[in-house]
Amino acid sequence: MANIIEPTIFELSSPGRRGVTMPASDVPVAALPPKELLRSELPLPELAEVDVVRHYMILSKFNYSVDEGFYPLGSCTMKYNPKINEDTCRLPGFLFTHPLQPIETVQGNLVLMYEMQEWLKEISGFAGVTLQPAAGAHGEFTGVLMMAAYHKLRGDTKRTKMLIPDAAHGTNPASVGMLGMQVVTIPSDSRGNVDLEKLKAACDDTVVGMMLTNPNTLGMFDEHIEEVVKLVKDCGGLMYGDGANLNALLGIVRPGDLGFDVMHFNLHKTFSVPHGGGGPGSGPVGVSQRLVDFLPSPLVGIVEEGDDEMAPLYGFVTPKNSIGRMKAFHGHFGGGLVRAYTYIAMHGPDGLKDIAQYAVLNANYLQARLRDTYHIPFDRICMHEFVMEGQFEGSDVRALDISKRLMDYNFHPPTNYFPLIVHEALMIEPTETENKDTLDRFADVLIKIAEEAKTQPDLLHNAPITTQFGRMDEVKAARELVLCCWLPENYEQLV
Amino acid sequence: MTYIPISPAERDAMLKTVGVKSLDDLFEAVPAKHRFPELNLPPALTEMEAAAQLGEMASTNENVREHLISFLGAGAYHHYVPSVVDHMLRRGEFYTAYTPYQPEISQGTLQAIFEYQSLMTNLTGMEVSNASHYDGATAAAEAVNLAFAQFRGKRKKLVLSPAVNPQYREVIRTYTQGMGVDTAGDDAENHDDGPEALIPLIDESTMMVTVQYPDFFGRIYDYTDLINAAHEKGALVCVVANPTALVMLKTPGEMGADIVVGEAQPFGIPLWYGGPYLGFFTTKKSYVHKMAGRLVGETVDVRGNRSYVLTLTAREQHIKRERATSNICTNQGLLALCASVYMSTLGKQGLQEVANLCYQKAHYAAAELSKIDGFGLCHTEPYFHEFVLCCPKPASEVNQYLLDNGILGGYDLGKDYPDMQNHLLVAVTEMNSRDEIDTLVEILKEM
Repeated sequence: MANIIEPTIFELSSPGRRGVTMPASDVPVAALPPKELLRSELPLPELAEVDVVRHYMILSKFNYSVDEGFYPLGSCTMKYNPKINEDTCRLPGFLFTHPLQPIETVQGNLVLMYEMQEWLKEISGFAGVTLQPAAGAHGEFTGVLMMAAYHKLRGDTKRTKMLIPDAAHGTNPASVGMLGMQVVTIPSDSRGNVDLEKLKAACDDTVVGMMLTNPNTLGMFDEHIEEVVKLVKDCGGLMYGDGANLNALLGIVRPGDLGFDVMHFNLHKTFSVPHGGGGPGSGPVGVSQRLVDFLPSPLVGIVEEGDDEMAPLYGFVTPKNSIGRMKAFHGHFGGGLVRAYTYIAMHGPDGLKDIAQYAVLNANYLQARLRDTYHIPFDRICMHEFVMEGQFEGSDVRALDISKRLMDYNFHPPTNYFPLIVHEALMIEPTETENKDTLDRFADVLIKIAEEAKTQPDLLHNAPITTQFGRMDEVKAARELVLCCWLPENYEQLV
Repeated sequence: MTYIPISPAERDAMLKTVGVKSLDDLFEAVPAKHRFPELNLPPALTEMEAAAQLGEMASTNENVREHLISFLGAGAYHHYVPSVVDHMLRRGEFYTAYTPYQPEISQGTLQAIFEYQSLMTNLTGMEVSNASHYDGATAAAEAVNLAFAQFRGKRKKLVLSPAVNPQYREVIRTYTQGMGVDTAGDDAENHDDGPEALIPLIDESTMMVTVQYPDFFGRIYDYTDLINAAHEKGALVCVVANPTALVMLKTPGEMGADIVVGEAQPFGIPLWYGGPYLGFFTTKKSYVHKMAGRLVGETVDVRGNRSYVLTLTAREQHIKRERATSNICTNQGLLALCASVYMSTLGKQGLQEVANLCYQKAHYAAAELSKIDGFGLCHTEPYFHEFVLCCPKPASEVNQYLLDNGILGGYDLGKDYPDMQNHLLVAVTEMNSRDEIDTLVEILKEM
């Protein structure tokens, strides 16, 4: 029997216990539907409010979080989430508006959405923006659908290939796979750029476009970005930008100016929407002029012009060749757009540029401090993140061991084993919201761990040892597939 | 306002370590002619100013708590959220954590998701649940993807009830536009048909039948016969269900459904002008390898402690790339926690009270409204907390009149069903007092 540190909510249940109760009915009793339409039992937990609070408080303490410490998870931009966002997104005017209310009654929401569209256009250099996609991958799917629709409307039906660098996020090929397109992988060169010769060879009239993350997942800004864009465009393809790494570009360069046609934003990375233990995110998509007619419907627009006395009336508009609706209602308004709007409003143009500059400074500072201890295969000025190898000659210590050992020093590990093109990758993204002391402490610990790897490798193999839980048996989880729990069989007799 | 915790002296020391003179020198790889654009954005606000500006924008709205009596549902419902729910969601340990890739220091999120999966399977009567989808509509679309994959693209017909939420049907169309799916049954003018009308459409090329429960018009059908008919032809059946209704009604699992999806917004998530909400996705164990999204499984750690990990990750994009079951990565983690806390705090009895109040009040409203001259219930089937009211005038006019009187009427069905111009979809929840219902009736009498 496994040792149970905190029982499940089902195990805590006791028949007849009550939490929050509802008022008595104030209307005459109506007959219920016929018995055959009713459920026979409702096997859900029964607890008092204090049981629930204690349970979730205990669970919360099992988590590591940005509020508690350094979370240098590459490609995820785990920056500090300002507390004011938590208040603005819970203003009653936002919390209690129904998505199908008449537009005249929700002008505050619509103005916020309209301005958000305009701001994201300005930040990225695009001609149009949809706020509908729910997350980055959803934005990617939206973008790829638009690229396909663009070629289809032109009758250019032989385009079935998407060019994707080997360093790309897994969501890129998966988004393409959802449309049945063929993925052509383009390798990186020795400086971490797209290999131009290989790209040239792949560019022909069957190319839908290219999905490029820039800076890429090595943290490198492509030194030939203009040539890359030109090659793809010259063969009639469209350029997709994965905006996961936009934090490095705010006020530095606009993807639209570089010639990109589509890009998704991750409001939960760049614009401080908290990650929530895996969501909700928010993944608006920006497009160049030639794709604006294909944006999902509806967009927020001005439906009646204003004048000196009347503000314009904001409402919904449908693009001419829209790919359709990506989700119900209007995107992640409350939890996503309001927080990101607050964040952008508080930064302004100079503040946004500071974010990128300090994110890049912090990454380069860590890279400089670790260069002599860890092998950095693509070693030049990086952007907001960098990738080093978590292995040492003559040692069987792996990146995973280093990651687990970091937990013993109360740091969250970097991203492991990604990108796939670096052996034993440790992908480190410090973000701009860490101070020099934290970065120094982190670098010192990594240097110490490198020493431990040589002198006491078992410390790493057995790590973590100071945390509440040790390494998990992942094989058992996949083999036995226990995916949920139930009330005990004799539950009713427990009273 | 800045959140950068680095002083000028520290910055200079760091630049020196890096070996550059200024911050701008870090960006030489960026083409010079596009470097450092001037962004035309409003100047930065302090926290105090931002709080005031956002407060002003929010107060421009008329909301359903302070200004309007609401009978609007159609996929998003105004329910009471116990205080505990937001207190738990505001724990930074939950909301500032990432996807639990490092299980040793993410057991809070992992156990919470495991419990969420358990709560949802118990509610729907299914065997497995994933960790969430973006919303009910995308969950319904991912169900079609599952069916498409199940038959390896050899079956392409989707039988789609016209009484599935119109926005969900739109999303299914968007998602499947590259797959060559042939959709049958999805005809707005057949809105009055019951599930038996779909049976003749099911054949050997049908991969999936998708219905809603209660349907978009609020009607409750037992889909057992339809499901049996679909299974005879080898097709899967997806039921899009309302979670509050499931507290009272026979589960789709009991009817034999293969997949049960839906929108769990009614479980503790604010209306929030449409999002973020919480798509749930439950199915039978036999489809678990084809299911999209994250999945948490039970295991033990090296010390013998029961613990939880993300499992069956081989289905997912970061391993399988273009052969993944879906591209989904970020989902609705925090809102799954929200639904779990909501369900736990109300518990079995509290949830039954909520469901019963919704049912009773909706039936009272329907009875009183149909006494008004010219108004009547359009359907005779049992319903839960939403029903169609036939009006003597276009629903758009009725709604405008109600709005002038501080009431958000129902949903104007003429927007999606051209021959239902005079039809109003009315939702009633525990938030509507008898006084509010009586006010609605009185005002309509005077129209």
